[in-house]
Amino acid sequence: MIQETVGSAKTRGVASIGRLPKINPVFFVLAALLVAITFSNPNFIEPTGYMNFLKRAAPLAILAAGQIYVIVSGGFDLSAGSLITLTVVGSSMLLDNSADATWWVIAVMYAVGLAVGVVNGLVVSYLRVPSLIATLGMMITLNGAAFMWSSGSPRGYLPETFRFFGRASIQGIPLIQFLPVALLVLLVVGFILFWLMHRTNLGRMLHALGDNPRAAQMSGVPIERVRIIAFVASSLSAVTAGILLGGFAGVSTDVGVGYELQAITACVIGGAQLLGGRGSVPASIAGALTLTAIFTLLNFIGLPKPTRDVVQGLILIAAVVLATYRRNRAGGT
Amino acid sequence: MNTKHPAIEMRGITKSFPGVKALKNVSFSAHCGEVHALAGENGAGKSTLMKILSGIYRPDGGSVVVNGEERHFTHPLAAIRAGIAVIYQEFSLLPERTVAQNIFLGREPTRRGLIDHKAMNDEARRALALFGSAHRIEPSTVVADLDVASQQLVEIAKAVSLEAKVIVMDEPTAALNEAECEVLFGLVDTLKKSGVAIVYITHRMPEITRLANRVTVLKDGEVAVRFDHVPEPEAIVRAMVGRDLGDFYAEPAAPQEIGDVVLSVHNAGNERLKNVSFELRAGEIVGFSGLQGAGRVALAQAIFGLSPFTEGEITLSGKPARFTSPREAIRAGVGLLPGDRKAEALVLMQSVVDNGMLTSRALSGLSGNANATPFVSAEAMEKLLRELDVRAGSFAQDIKALSGGNQQKAIVARWLALAPRLLIFIEPTRGIDVNAKAGIYHLMRDLARKGTAIMMVSSDLPEVLGVSDRVLVMRNGELVAAFSRGASEADVMLAATGEEAVAA
Amino acid sequence: MNKATLLRRPAWRMEQCAPALLLGLAVLIYVAIALSLGLTRFLTPEATVSILNRSVALGITAVGQTFTILVGSIDLSVAHLISASAVVSSAIMNGDPAMMVPAVVAVLVMGAVVGTLNGLLITRLDVNPLIATLGMALIIQGCLASFYGRFDGSVPDAFQYFAYGEVLGLPVSLIVLALLVLGAWIVLRFTRFGSNIYSVGGNRDTARAAGINTTRVVMASHIICSLCAALAGLYLASRLKSGSPWIGTEGAYDLESIAVVVIGGTILSGGKGGIWGTVAGVIIFSLIDSIFNLAGIDAFAKQVMRGIIIVAAVAFYAVRSKRIVA
Repeated sequence: MIQETVGSAKTRGVASIGRLPKINPVFFVLAALLVAITFSNPNFIEPTGYMNFLKRAAPLAILAAGQIYVIVSGGFDLSAGSLITLTVVGSSMLLDNSADATWWVIAVMYAVGLAVGVVNGLVVSYLRVPSLIATLGMMITLNGAAFMWSSGSPRGYLPETFRFFGRASIQGIPLIQFLPVALLVLLVVGFILFWLMHRTNLGRMLHALGDNPRAAQMSGVPIERVRIIAFVASSLSAVTAGILLGGFAGVSTDVGVGYELQAITACVIGGAQLLGGRGSVPASIAGALTLTAIFTLLNFIGLPKPTRDVVQGLILIAAVVLATYRRNRAGGT
Repeated sequence: MNTKHPAIEMRGITKSFPGVKALKNVSFSAHCGEVHALAGENGAGKSTLMKILSGIYRPDGGSVVVNGEERHFTHPLAAIRAGIAVIYQEFSLLPERTVAQNIFLGREPTRRGLIDHKAMNDEARRALALFGSAHRIEPSTVVADLDVASQQLVEIAKAVSLEAKVIVMDEPTAALNEAECEVLFGLVDTLKKSGVAIVYITHRMPEITRLANRVTVLKDGEVAVRFDHVPEPEAIVRAMVGRDLGDFYAEPAAPQEIGDVVLSVHNAGNERLKNVSFELRAGEIVGFSGLQGAGRVALAQAIFGLSPFTEGEITLSGKPARFTSPREAIRAGVGLLPGDRKAEALVLMQSVVDNGMLTSRALSGLSGNANATPFVSAEAMEKLLRELDVRAGSFAQDIKALSGGNQQKAIVARWLALAPRLLIFIEPTRGIDVNAKAGIYHLMRDLARKGTAIMMVSSDLPEVLGVSDRVLVMRNGELVAAFSRGASEADVMLAATGEEAVAA
Repeated sequence: MNKATLLRRPAWRMEQCAPALLLGLAVLIYVAIALSLGLTRFLTPEATVSILNRSVALGITAVGQTFTILVGSIDLSVAHLISASAVVSSAIMNGDPAMMVPAVVAVLVMGAVVGTLNGLLITRLDVNPLIATLGMALIIQGCLASFYGRFDGSVPDAFQYFAYGEVLGLPVSLIVLALLVLGAWIVLRFTRFGSNIYSVGGNRDTARAAGINTTRVVMASHIICSLCAALAGLYLASRLKSGSPWIGTEGAYDLESIAVVVIGGTILSGGKGGIWGTVAGVIIFSLIDSIFNLAGIDAFAKQVMRGIIIVAAVAFYAVRSKRIVA
């Protein structure tokens, strides 16, 4: 995994002569943070410790793995958080505490996600609305829809069958004892998104589109289609994250609040180039784990929860400043 | 008018860019009241020299002396304050502001702290009056509403109103027709009489003959020759080229090498093109000449589906070919290498191989393996890049780090992988080292030999004449003349500027 | 070709008239609905004033946002700054009329600091304005949430004069907004600084080459924007009697202020537009709000429609451009 991220901007399978693979610094940062967490809480090296950590981080990691598609293509998806909310609220309204509806409700939610992604992509591609505005508008709309649907007061918890994905674990696995379903979902989704981004024509076209849309267009890249796919990837990952979060938390109209910014922060920590052209799925997942680890650490230190936002804001800015600084030093344009 | 110091003097200027030595020990001066012509081919270092003069670049070695005083400009503003104004080829006007606002950019006249719009417009009108009544430009017009020639005049008015002692004009006639050129020449004479030193960059001989007092020719970043009088044009051309032309350009196509019609355009047009008809055959290189804005690029983009034809019959190898998107054109076998590589062709943050494979990947299935497209595999692309002699530390490195010539070859590789029937080159050697140019020319000829039809749009007249088997000339969106190989620069220029039309 | 060479494209440009057209359309719909429902009392001068008065906070914020967008930047931290300003002012005043001036000063200083920080991040550290101001928004939000609770209080009645007072039958707040707009117009149209804003927004390199201190221009625009947001926060505190940490985000002032500026014909990449378009944009939004109220649409549906209308409004301008956006 690690080596793959390195080459996010390079072609794999092609010999790079005389160049040591550069490892993305996010992996060192993550490792250092995990060591720090272990020191402050030795239970962390127990399976329950790190598995719970991974389980908690899974929704954000999935969201970041989807968000990176939009970022690499040159945009932002700010509607992801509200789509999480809509998924959780909408599922609870549709399920209405009846467990046997779980599967079709999930199908409906993915259909909603697909529609949201396609609309975002169409609005950006054909109406030429910058993604920032388009997805912010979508965010307002979806939040409003979630309120409307639940008449402003969603109730209680989702049924157990639905909460399975977020809460349950597969027991009796050697070495690690148990495997949270959420982590399994992360691994599967992460692998699919990794493969699409770093192995296929689609992935290379996403990079080209974000790097230089005009050049991509003149090279025959179907830029509208590729952009729409990027937004769809982000939206579907948001629905997935919503389904997992529905398992952890209760139903409310603010489950998803702030997640879009956390996902963007995670991508930036993972070294993604804002406004497109460079980014990696594994590094973004690592960025999400890093962010979660920082929050965990802050929690251990005893900082109140709201300071998270301050820290996140500082990290977001610092990561971008650092990236700019490194790029300038490398003599880029 | 001459004072004892030159108005500006540049001594032993040296400047390197990564991979290119742009200027080697260049000395240059201009006195008050003279026009000093700076000639040289594209890429000879003229623009770099002037960017050093105007404080945009800092020289690696040498000094700039203004009025006998050594200066180190660290900012363009410092040069402006020292009385040096440069009129660049690429305009530095703000399209959404008015003419007056552009002329007085950053130094608007104020009254009691507030901008005096009336005074500003009056002042601007005065500056613009230099062009005579034939070219009345209203100071309150938004620049975007002006045509290219008028924008050029505004650019000049801006320099004049700065009351510069030295005005550098970088190919000021590139976008002007004959009548407009005359206005400009008159203005240069006026400025000269008023004691301004003018550095006039051009590669058009008639302009040098008409205007210059002295001529300096740059070649490959060095002063090839300096004349203290205006010599015969041949002497200048010889100094500019300074090499065996036969070897520089590839051999033209032999008659038997020219094959069937590949592209046929009949009575085609769109909002920028009128009634265009021509044919391109396999194996030939056809050069398209004309002034800036004459419609050559618009024609290339129309064929490529970027700004499609709205009327006319276009066929590619006999099949209807009025494409509405580049993707459609590419699928049918048309390729285009844009003039502005950085803006329209390169994906700078991606590797050399990625750049080469972009189109192959774009035409393959979305979920297909990126390193093994039906057109070319990553290994085959590397082989192709090696065959084209693309010099890079590694083909996995970002293309950003390569020189212009190598970048261009990588883009050629992008199209070669698809074996197109028709390949359109726009300004194929812009921004490319002189030494690498010959490589591109030979590459184009090799492609033609293999049966590709090649359309070349270029503003570099010697290049058009040296490379093409036929030359078509455009003016105001129409094809106005066709020349077979062996036409002279004068013939083509005449057709391009439409002098006959003026005479008629 | 000896005659005057001019005017390649028609001088009449769609974009210039669009804000007026949209405004006319909104007025027409409003009047039509009011008439068709027989609600003529919504067509009186008093009703007009109340429609305008509804958007004072948005208007003040949008005036500031016009500056950042014109200069080619953007500010996504205004909503949180509005909340912070409202909370801080009501906490400092805490019902004591004597604390009004210190509170106002403190809030304006806070606005200036936030604007300066935004400007520094964007100009000195070269951070993308979207990210810089988003990061700033997070930081403000975090600070607010950390300290809220320790910070409660309400504004004294005297301070509510700002929101509810009237002079010559016109609300004070509306007069303040009008003066602000007038000031902005003078700055943009008649000062060199205003001219520089357009130049920097149009093309930063050209502006720099002409000797304009681009850093200072961008910084100043951000400070103006943040000061306006702080003022909007003061107004909301005055109207609601106390600040709460979510009034800014609830009103979606970040997106709405950008949207009204864009609807007013100022282009997002900067360098073109003006304050009167923004005024038209603000009035259009108040009218839309009033139309919803007349038609009796419920609050949540209203939010859904707002999101759609904002995107549609931006699309209205953007769709004709040939530029590829992301």
